[in-house]
Amino acid sequence: MLTEKAFVLGCSAIGAGLAMIAGIGPGIGEGYAVGKTIESIARQPEAKGDCTRTMFIGVAMAESTGIYAFVVALILMFANPFIGKL
Amino acid sequence: MDGIGQGAKVAFTLPIFGGIDITETIVIGWLIIVAVLLLCLFLTKGLSKVPTKKRQIVAEMFVGFVNNMVETTMGKKWKHYAPYIATLLVYAVLGALVSLLGLRSMTADFNVPLTWALMTFILITFYKIKSGGVLGYFKGFASPIFVMLPLNILSEVATPLSMAFRMFGNISGGAVITTLIYSALAGVSRLIHLAFEFGGIGINVAQLFIPAVLSIYFDLFSGCIQAYIFATLTMVYVSSADEG
Repeated sequence: MLTEKAFVLGCSAIGAGLAMIAGIGPGIGEGYAVGKTIESIARQPEAKGDCTRTMFIGVAMAESTGIYAFVVALILMFANPFIGKL
Repeated sequence: MDGIGQGAKVAFTLPIFGGIDITETIVIGWLIIVAVLLLCLFLTKGLSKVPTKKRQIVAEMFVGFVNNMVETTMGKKWKHYAPYIATLLVYAVLGALVSLLGLRSMTADFNVPLTWALMTFILITFYKIKSGGVLGYFKGFASPIFVMLPLNILSEVATPLSMAFRMFGNISGGAVITTLIYSALAGVSRLIHLAFEFGGIGINVAQLFIPAVLSIYFDLFSGCIQAYIFATLTMVYVSSADEG
């Protein structure tokens, strides 16, 4: 017999998993940014420091969406707001 | 999965104002403050104009690194910001690296990065008001046209929140993945009959070397890079707030 709580918990676990699909976006974005940085360093090796510094900031920015998805997944797993609504 | 989703444990309760909870995070913060103080006293003992001791060279390297970072990112006139940035860097790096000692990393508690991000937010607002006046500050929300008002307010609020979430997410994400790997490896070693127990201490053979590789990335690399990024973003936001 499927209880209400078990159903909500299971759906929350699936939701947490689905939320982490958002990791694809930052992955592609960061890979592209790093690739372009390596290209530019290969073209101008003397600008290595500047390129790397800018890349880290850009990569950190691109990462935000993935981090938001992770926070949503964490909330669904550990601080489930739907259990209280039963 | 204990100890990650539940947040920091309460270490003890101060018996004033109806009981103030002192969490693990705060205690670790105090330990780091004491450690940094002792380290500073040790590194700056017996300074000489031409450095002869190794510890003075190490201290000069760190100070030079931060000074150089502040100068290249913010410009020469912001050199007085170097101590603040150095404080953020040291606290953030050590706060993440305590997880190597088996303690709970300080930045895995959302309150800590949120506090730092709010400090940055206050600095941003201060420099915006200082450069454009109170009227100019509020006018800035309605630029370039009035319709942009909600979007501008949203982006103003999103700045500290995204900074805080970035730091928290990276460190606690590493903690969650490490815990999952540990429990998976415990299962694996039970499966291949390599889990022993000596007087209450369980030893799972599969857990021995693999987590070390992950720890290099999630604890060392991620902790240092996130501290660096947090400091850099603070510098970029603050110096751009003063210009426009």
